[in-house]
Amino acid sequence: MTAPILEVRNASKRFSKSLDFAAKLARRMGANVSEETVHAVDGVDLAIMPGEVVGLVGESGCGKSTLGRMVAGIMPPSDGSIIFEGVDIAGMDGAEARKAALEVQMIFQDPFASLNPRMRVEQIIGEAPLFHGIVSRAELSDYVDDIMRRTGLDPTLKRRYPHQFSGGQRQRIGIARALAVKPRFLVCDEAIAALDVSIQAQVINLFVDLREELDLTYLFISHDLSVVEHISDRVVIMYLGRVVESAPIADIFDAPNHPYTVALLNEAPRLDQRRRVFEPVKGEIPSPIDPPPGCHFHPRCPHAHARCSAERPVLREIAPGRLSACHLND
Amino acid sequence: MTIEHTDTAAHDVAPPIAKVQSPLRRFASEFFESWIARVALFMLLTIIVLALAAPWITPQNPYDLAQVDVMDGRLAPGAEAFAGYTMWLGSDGAGRDLYSAILYGLRISLAVGVASGVIALVIGSLIGLFAAYAGGRTETIIMRLVDLQLSFPAALTALIMVAILGKGIDKIIIALVLVQWAYYARTVRGSALVERRKEYIEAATCLGLSHGRIVMRHIMPNCLAPLIVVGTVQTAHAIALEATLSFLGVGLPQTEPSLGVLIANGYEYMLSGRYWISVFPGVALLLTIVSINLVGDRLRDVLNPRLSK
Amino acid sequence: MTPTLEVSGLHTHFFTRAGVVKAVDGVDFAIQPGEVMGLVGESGSGKSITGFSIIGLIDDPGRIVSGSIKLKGEELVGAPEDRMRSLRGNRIAMIFQDPMMTLNPVLRVDTQMVEAIRAHRKVSKREALAQCRDTLGMVGIPAPEERLRAYPHQLSGGMRQRVAIAIAFLNEPDVIIADEPTTALDVTIQSQIIFEAQKLCKRTGTSLIWITHDLAVVAGIADDINVMYAGRIVEAGGIDAVIDTPLHPYTVGLLGSVPTSNRRGERLTQIPGMPPNVLNLPEGCTFRERCPRASAECHVEPTIQQPRPGQRVRCFHPHLDEVTV
Repeated sequence: MTAPILEVRNASKRFSKSLDFAAKLARRMGANVSEETVHAVDGVDLAIMPGEVVGLVGESGCGKSTLGRMVAGIMPPSDGSIIFEGVDIAGMDGAEARKAALEVQMIFQDPFASLNPRMRVEQIIGEAPLFHGIVSRAELSDYVDDIMRRTGLDPTLKRRYPHQFSGGQRQRIGIARALAVKPRFLVCDEAIAALDVSIQAQVINLFVDLREELDLTYLFISHDLSVVEHISDRVVIMYLGRVVESAPIADIFDAPNHPYTVALLNEAPRLDQRRRVFEPVKGEIPSPIDPPPGCHFHPRCPHAHARCSAERPVLREIAPGRLSACHLND
Repeated sequence: MTIEHTDTAAHDVAPPIAKVQSPLRRFASEFFESWIARVALFMLLTIIVLALAAPWITPQNPYDLAQVDVMDGRLAPGAEAFAGYTMWLGSDGAGRDLYSAILYGLRISLAVGVASGVIALVIGSLIGLFAAYAGGRTETIIMRLVDLQLSFPAALTALIMVAILGKGIDKIIIALVLVQWAYYARTVRGSALVERRKEYIEAATCLGLSHGRIVMRHIMPNCLAPLIVVGTVQTAHAIALEATLSFLGVGLPQTEPSLGVLIANGYEYMLSGRYWISVFPGVALLLTIVSINLVGDRLRDVLNPRLSK
Repeated sequence: MTPTLEVSGLHTHFFTRAGVVKAVDGVDFAIQPGEVMGLVGESGSGKSITGFSIIGLIDDPGRIVSGSIKLKGEELVGAPEDRMRSLRGNRIAMIFQDPMMTLNPVLRVDTQMVEAIRAHRKVSKREALAQCRDTLGMVGIPAPEERLRAYPHQLSGGMRQRVAIAIAFLNEPDVIIADEPTTALDVTIQSQIIFEAQKLCKRTGTSLIWITHDLAVVAGIADDINVMYAGRIVEAGGIDAVIDTPLHPYTVGLLGSVPTSNRRGERLTQIPGMPPNVLNLPEGCTFRERCPRASAECHVEPTIQQPRPGQRVRCFHPHLDEVTV
């Protein structure tokens, strides 16, 4: 059995808003203010095999983007470790860290905010490989042309600025920028959510092609199950900072285990279900500042019982290759 | 990598971006939409050209004592000087031709304003960028220092600095830089904080670029727009402040009269009906400051993303 | 039966400095009472402008150039602003993607809701409040009494959208235009809101125009569907007919672009290129430059045909017999 290319071990990320002087004073005078801590990611384990495409699905506040940023090395975890090819990225420094950081690249959601508006496309794509000495200045122009062609962009447009491109093309520029440093692992954070339907299909196809061509591994983050379903080998479902279920793609759609997964699948609109009567799960997504005790999903769960509000369910194997965190499995 | 590519690549290679105006073009056309801005910019450019060309278009070099004749003192506008030329704006108490003195004075005023503005901009922006990027306690300390600086009246700070440093053009510039850096620091820090949270900065981090490169190549260029606006307004402010200091007698020496010195010189003659000695330099100062401010206002309107459609 | 709303030959153009933007350039449809109509298109297709035209909120430099919009037989194009104001919020209401377009951030929910009722009907404050409470309950807001006293910023995004929907339904209007009302919301919250909207429409007999880019959502709630492209409706018909046997090449492409379970892992059909520049639309069929079936004929604007009962298409080469999706 091969070793995972990337492993997340018990990683957590907390964001604290510490009190400033005025708030401290107010508290001393009896006001009801306290330090707020958001548990964006709360003890997540995840292993991804080389060449695998893992879809990470969840609703707002579930911590999927934060997890993605920790994997991409943009944010250090508060606890736990991120292990890329056997080396802990979180605890590294210097040249080694830089090398590992380059091997994991990220594609962002917003094709307008993710490109520096004051740089030309050739600079956006060519800056990092030149900086890291991946290409010499003499080879740079050809190198950028090649990557642009590969991502479906016309190299003759490389002297233009980002605002002169459409949303879909800008997303391709973002992909080209990431590919320019020869990564082996791509984190795609809602990479197609901001695009029109017909353009989404173009970009999804590009991801599929690039994977085959360059032997890439993906962590594909999305709120949209149908997109994840289309390109992933395995799906990981998160809810309020925790992984609730992880399973191969076919299993999760045919026989979801966790009640939250069931709810998500039922409620995602689908082309083949017409004039259906929606049967929504009740309640709102709780705030990650003050999550419910025990299983985070229990206030909305139709099967919740006493144990669910007291004890945190452990993510454990329920069948080969399938993990779920629900007390109902006991 | 090889040159071959997939058929995905064949699509939207030829984008129908027919004619996109370059950012500069669009900026210019928007700027000139307002007739006030057109007039103000024309006025400002005229003033700058006149000031730069002063040695060639004035009859007298007011700094050259050999050319200044005390016998010409306090002549009314239109009178003829001893040397034979007409003093269209009259002369001051020392016999300087006011037209010449005003143009030479403008040179000094503009030079002091621009020099102090540019130096304060560079120092202030670096401090502001550093504060925004460093964050935490460093940022707090720097920004409290900025607040402290801004809470003092500018004229008072400048007066104290000049009192300590002494007279002279370099001392004035140092005093003005000390008064102004905080405005730039605060402006840059504000927009740098906004830019820092954008995804392209995360992307740069992910690409393993150095901190210096991220700050100077990615954050800094995106903070330029508000900086230009503050820069124009602060330059006008610096010119006014220099005039104030000179008027109070702590600025530039009598031998190198700036506009402030000229106004101060004429002040004692005001009541005796010799208005021109103070009024003409005053009008020149006024026009300069108003035109810079109007240009700055228009820049702010055009560069402000919230006001643009 | 007179339709609740009948739009015919609607053209809304924007006269900008850069040229005339033909945002809506030939839109016809009719909605029966209690019907849900899905108006689908990508960004820039004119679907939102169609909604704004109906409710009479087209501002300068835009103008309805020609066409007619009839609400229960009454012509709205050219109606005086007074009349439009008394209809808006009363007989026609609108729900936006951002609920803060409806809600005033500095007023409490109850103030805004009572105002919305009393602007159109003479009822006592107490009666109005009671009705507000009921309506909030109907859109699935727990503890409506408490929420009434809240300010909009104290509510979550999903809650705010529910309040906006409640306000739209307050006067039981004839037609509600919902412009991407669930796009910004999470899946579980989206399905709650669709559920409440469906229920209310059934109860009050209100017709609903659901404007969205998401075909799957429309498939879930709509009876009829209108597909827009570059300002024109290119295909219209019953939801089953259009989704199962689409006629227009654009609809076919759009449906092929949606990832679904039965084509897992395959390449998606993609529509090449991008939507045309609205300032410079191609002559004839606006889709021809991206269309695999385009021919010389397409340089002339195609007329609307009805090759199958209940399904209209604006195309010379519709997909007539093939099983496409």
